[in-house]
Amino acid sequence: MEIPLLTLILVILYLVILGFLSYQGYRGTKTAADYMVAGRKIHPFVMAMSYGATFISTSAIVGFGGAAALFGMGLLWLTFLNIFVGIFIAFIFLGGRTRAMGHHLNAHTFPEFLGKRFDSKFIQIFSGLVILLFMPLYTGVVCMGAAKVIEVNLGAPYPVALFFFCGIVALYVTMGGLKGVMYTDALQGSIMFVGMVLLLFLTYSKLGGIVSGHTRLTELAPEAVKIFGKAGHQGWTQMPVFGTTFWWILVSSIIMGVGIGVLAQPQLVVRYMTVRSTRELNRAILMGGIFILAMTGVAFVVGALSNVIFFEDTGKISFLAANKAVDNIIPLYITNYMPTWLGSVIVVTLLAAAMSTVSSQFHAMGTAAGRDIYEACSGTPTGDKKSIIATRVGIILTLVLSFSLAYILPIKFEKAGIAIIARGTAIFFGLCASAFLPMYVGALYTRAITKAGAIAGSMTGFLVSAFWLLFIHQKESEALQLCQKLFGKPSLVTHLVDGKYAAIITGKIVWPEVDPLFVAFPLAIIVTIVVSLVTKRYASAHLDNCFHGIER
Amino acid sequence: MIAGVMILGLHPSIALVYLLCIAATILCVVYGAINWNKGERAPDEDDQKWVADEDKLEEEL
Repeated sequence: MEIPLLTLILVILYLVILGFLSYQGYRGTKTAADYMVAGRKIHPFVMAMSYGATFISTSAIVGFGGAAALFGMGLLWLTFLNIFVGIFIAFIFLGGRTRAMGHHLNAHTFPEFLGKRFDSKFIQIFSGLVILLFMPLYTGVVCMGAAKVIEVNLGAPYPVALFFFCGIVALYVTMGGLKGVMYTDALQGSIMFVGMVLLLFLTYSKLGGIVSGHTRLTELAPEAVKIFGKAGHQGWTQMPVFGTTFWWILVSSIIMGVGIGVLAQPQLVVRYMTVRSTRELNRAILMGGIFILAMTGVAFVVGALSNVIFFEDTGKISFLAANKAVDNIIPLYITNYMPTWLGSVIVVTLLAAAMSTVSSQFHAMGTAAGRDIYEACSGTPTGDKKSIIATRVGIILTLVLSFSLAYILPIKFEKAGIAIIARGTAIFFGLCASAFLPMYVGALYTRAITKAGAIAGSMTGFLVSAFWLLFIHQKESEALQLCQKLFGKPSLVTHLVDGKYAAIITGKIVWPEVDPLFVAFPLAIIVTIVVSLVTKRYASAHLDNCFHGIER
Repeated sequence: MIAGVMILGLHPSIALVYLLCIAATILCVVYGAINWNKGERAPDEDDQKWVADEDKLEEEL
């Protein structure tokens, strides 16, 4: 396959500009924190693009866009949650309080924030461990998304594409890419915005307009029913039948897991602390809403519409045209059906989307290793030589783990037709929601949560999620094989029917498809409240200190 | 041939969420515009200390 020259030129140009901006930031004082007190004026556009670039990654565009090609426009419920919950609710109700409390307690990471609020080293170390051990899964699928784009667009074998991307990331990280330099993030966000708007415009144009495109997709419904009808698919412009396998995957894992989990994402929570005041949060809501619509809204609409274009060209729906590799659908669609120049712009768009998120993830994992685990355990101050080594070791180990997962996951799961990127993201988001969200919201809004309540709730959320992934949720339990080895079946909620293990179904509940979040999150809330009611409350002095400057 | 009521070429349940996405974006725009200049305040002692420590952490990275 011929490598598009324009793509290479744009990728190199992008990397040179990124390198220049990172180097400038490395030498100067252009981090978010510096802007906060230096009194310099920063344009809200720069701030919003920077947020958006951290929020949205190749996971959202390539992974969930591919999932939309499979499940249909029902994924737009996730876009709605991303905008309404992830931006509007989060910035108004969590952002300002997190900033005020975080600054007063002098917390710099999400685990440290929780640890100081609940006066518990255990919470800080436990939260740091959850991030350190499980965020590589999310980072891995983000890297996988970028490598898929390079693989398809540049015609490189997947391992080579992954190696190339990992090389760029490693270089970026060593060049100071973890410093959260505003202008590099803003550059990446701006590229993403322009690329995605162009993608939507050209897709609708190709299909004769908005209504015409939708109508043609609606008319293709019989193809979806023919292939996935038994699992509940009714076409790409309808929700799956309530209570079917497809409905449970779409609603419980993809929409709810990610839509709610975004509220407790460590790398996003720390962003609230880097703003100058509530005014910046208000301004970011305006642009953040538009940005998320242009990212996930476009990816999900284009992903679903790609079925029409693939079908009219090849006689196959997207899923089959991509040989069941769900994560290849968006890169294939862009490469095959968009003008070469747009394909090149989108490659850079997706590289930007991946790198901006990956850098914030390594920031979170590095600080989890150094500050939240090593410093909290040893009492070493920040900047100590050993602490720096712990941070660097943490980053190197999570880099290796993330890249290894990005290499292994497609080999293990691609042929089964699983939306790997979307599922990997949903697992991490769901885990964060169950382990962190009840105590995080409680930390900001109530004085009634006790230390024991916070710990018990968080542990419940984590352990129930882990149990559910290992023994109940069949996609994971089957792959991890522990359930098979211990109990001789792929999931505890399956039974033998005609020599094969089939799902146990209670009414509309298809148990092996129920996401861990659906069980672990409510249980974590209940345990947090119940244990807090019967255990010792904090002294007023501690609570007054935590809520300093925050209205009751 | 499409059966049933369609809005924007979509089944009503999807048309609803399609429009809700746009409505949520408009809500963000309106809220942001109304509160564009609200909430500004000068950095206090907590902010100064936080930034100084944040710089140390960034250097460690």
